[in-house]
Amino acid sequence: MGGRNPVTWLGSPAFPKAAHEALADTQLRRNLRKATTTIRTKRAGVVAELDDWERLRRAGEAIKDDVLANLDTYLVRLEEAVTARGGVVHWARDAEEANRIVLDLVRTEGADEVVKVKSMATAEIGLNEALEAGGVHAVETDLAELIVQLGDDRPSHILVPAIHRNRAEIRDVFRRGMAEEPASDEPRDLAEAARRHLRRKFLSAKVAISGANFAVADTGSIVVVESEGNGRMCLTLPETLITVMGIEKLVPSWQDLEVFLQLLPRSSTAERMNPYTSVWSGVTPADGPRKFHLVLLDNGRTATLADQVGRQALRCIRCSACLNVCPVYERTGGQAYGSVYPGPIGAILAPQLAGDLHDEQAASLPYASSLCGACYEVCPVRINIPEVLTHLRAEAVQAKGKRTPEALAMAAAAWVFADPKRYEAAQKAGSLSQLLARDGRIKRLPGPGAKWTDSRDAPAVPKESFRAWWRKNRVQRP
Amino acid sequence: MFSARDEILARIRAVNRPSPVPIPRDYERTRTVPDVLALLDERVADYKAIVHRVAEAEVPDRIADCLARRSASTVAVPADVPASWRVPAVTWLPDSPPLPLAELDTVDGVLTGCAVAIAETGTIVLDAGEAQGRRMLSLVPDYHLCVVRAGQVVTSVPEALTRLEPGRPLTFISGPSATSDIELDRVEGVHGPRTLEVLIAT
Ligand code: SF4
Repeated sequence: MGGRNPVTWLGSPAFPKAAHEALADTQLRRNLRKATTTIRTKRAGVVAELDDWERLRRAGEAIKDDVLANLDTYLVRLEEAVTARGGVVHWARDAEEANRIVLDLVRTEGADEVVKVKSMATAEIGLNEALEAGGVHAVETDLAELIVQLGDDRPSHILVPAIHRNRAEIRDVFRRGMAEEPASDEPRDLAEAARRHLRRKFLSAKVAISGANFAVADTGSIVVVESEGNGRMCLTLPETLITVMGIEKLVPSWQDLEVFLQLLPRSSTAERMNPYTSVWSGVTPADGPRKFHLVLLDNGRTATLADQVGRQALRCIRCSACLNVCPVYERTGGQAYGSVYPGPIGAILAPQLAGDLHDEQAASLPYASSLCGACYEVCPVRINIPEVLTHLRAEAVQAKGKRTPEALAMAAAAWVFADPKRYEAAQKAGSLSQLLARDGRIKRLPGPGAKWTDSRDAPAVPKESFRAWWRKNRVQRP
Repeated sequence: MFSARDEILARIRAVNRPSPVPIPRDYERTRTVPDVLALLDERVADYKAIVHRVAEAEVPDRIADCLARRSASTVAVPADVPASWRVPAVTWLPDSPPLPLAELDTVDGVLTGCAVAIAETGTIVLDAGEAQGRRMLSLVPDYHLCVVRAGQVVTSVPEALTRLEPGRPLTFISGPSATSDIELDRVEGVHGPRTLEVLIAT
């Protein structure tokens, strides 16, 4: 077994402290407010177009639960299908093992540079750093990842890692990091600069590394959803393709994609469909890479699966809708979470993957929320994030081994969040707020959350039903 | 010592997993729309692609028009497009034998057909089948002219997937290359073709 799980960043302060610092950065807050307001409005519009949105969400939830129920069967089935089509499947228990597998594969090809499609799994395991240490330079080709890489920065959003940067800041980053500087800070010119910067790399790369949005167990088909065409470049031009995916990224059958190809684009970039989706199975003679390697990554997922409440986080399809609606995220930005997974999903996933509630930073993440429930309402696979948050808080409190008032309050809150009817009823009665605080408003969260509530201006749970309030205030339907 | 594979599978099996649940498939398989071709036209155009609806017999003339308007004189093409599409006054580069990548990077555009088009989402799907060629052909050139036949158009995503063969390399294309990475607002034109022009042939 390897050492510390790199899913949380070493040396990051616990959330309350990091959030306090971020709150002082008004430029950051302006950038985030602008971006998340834009995307929230657009998402509401494209979701309202589909009468069967709620039915699609329930199907998506059930398909992912089925995957978790039969994970061993489906993984073996995927392995067989990929192998039958000429791919090679590798298994990795943790980040260190996955990084070693990828580095060995790259070295076998004799490459000292690889092109990369944006992938959360490889960010989670710190692959770029591991490759760099092994003498291989990884070139990020997604525009936002490139901004983060050239700016020597850290990601702050699942989908758009450079969301904390506005156009003027991006122009400065490009000026410093590119041979030819962008003509202006117009998004069109910035995109053009990225195109020129990466063109030759695409055309000459020998090895590409990608993640996967979905993998179909029955057929061995891997799916990558993207916008710019950098994904297509990486997936089709180099001779060798290495894909790293978490073991939960499966869907059982081809038909299941009909659900996720509707849920994902509308939830993430608020489009009816993203510009490009690539699907491939193993290798295809005379079309695309001649060698295909699939690395199946555990890195804390099987441990998460063992938690009956927490494992619903493994349904996540990384759309980022929960970040875009989160009042806490909007104010603190993503870097305060100290993990590649920020926002509501990060608050429940990062501590579970890290698997160490005695780690002060990881243990502080479940407190990075006002429990308003907006994330649950937008999640395309219906992950009850507030329920998992309160569950993890109770665990964190219990890890300290005391029956404190916090532990009792959290146990009660967990019971309320476990059932949507109880949750709605508690909100209507205002009893939820009383459960967590005095005078019906969340003034202080228990435990490490107290420091955070003391320093923020995040909204408290409103007196009226949150769902009613949120529809009125945060979703502007056209 | 256990292999990583054995260990991961053993960890999964050791867990008290959720019991399997029936998957509710009561979502819509298709949608009722008054005119599916008009919807495709509107939705593809919404992504800032250029769309024309033409009679099947006029396809060659319209191809000539589109290419002339862009002054595209050297155009790559899968070897098996209908002969009538390869209109005169254009230097056609058929992809057989396969065009070198460097050459593909210098052409003025590419002309292909498609496998399926999804009206509701404005999506064109290529499956490397007839008149489509290998994946890089429709990727590297900066201009993609695509002919969609009425019979290839379906309304919904579920309908499209039943028509597609998962073993083939598939590319779903919804408008020109774009990004939402700057302030979460969509701008067109990054690494893929920056101009997509679609002829819907009826
Ligand atoms: S938790 Fe749900 S809303 Fe958040 S990123 Fe995952 S799938 Fe999307």
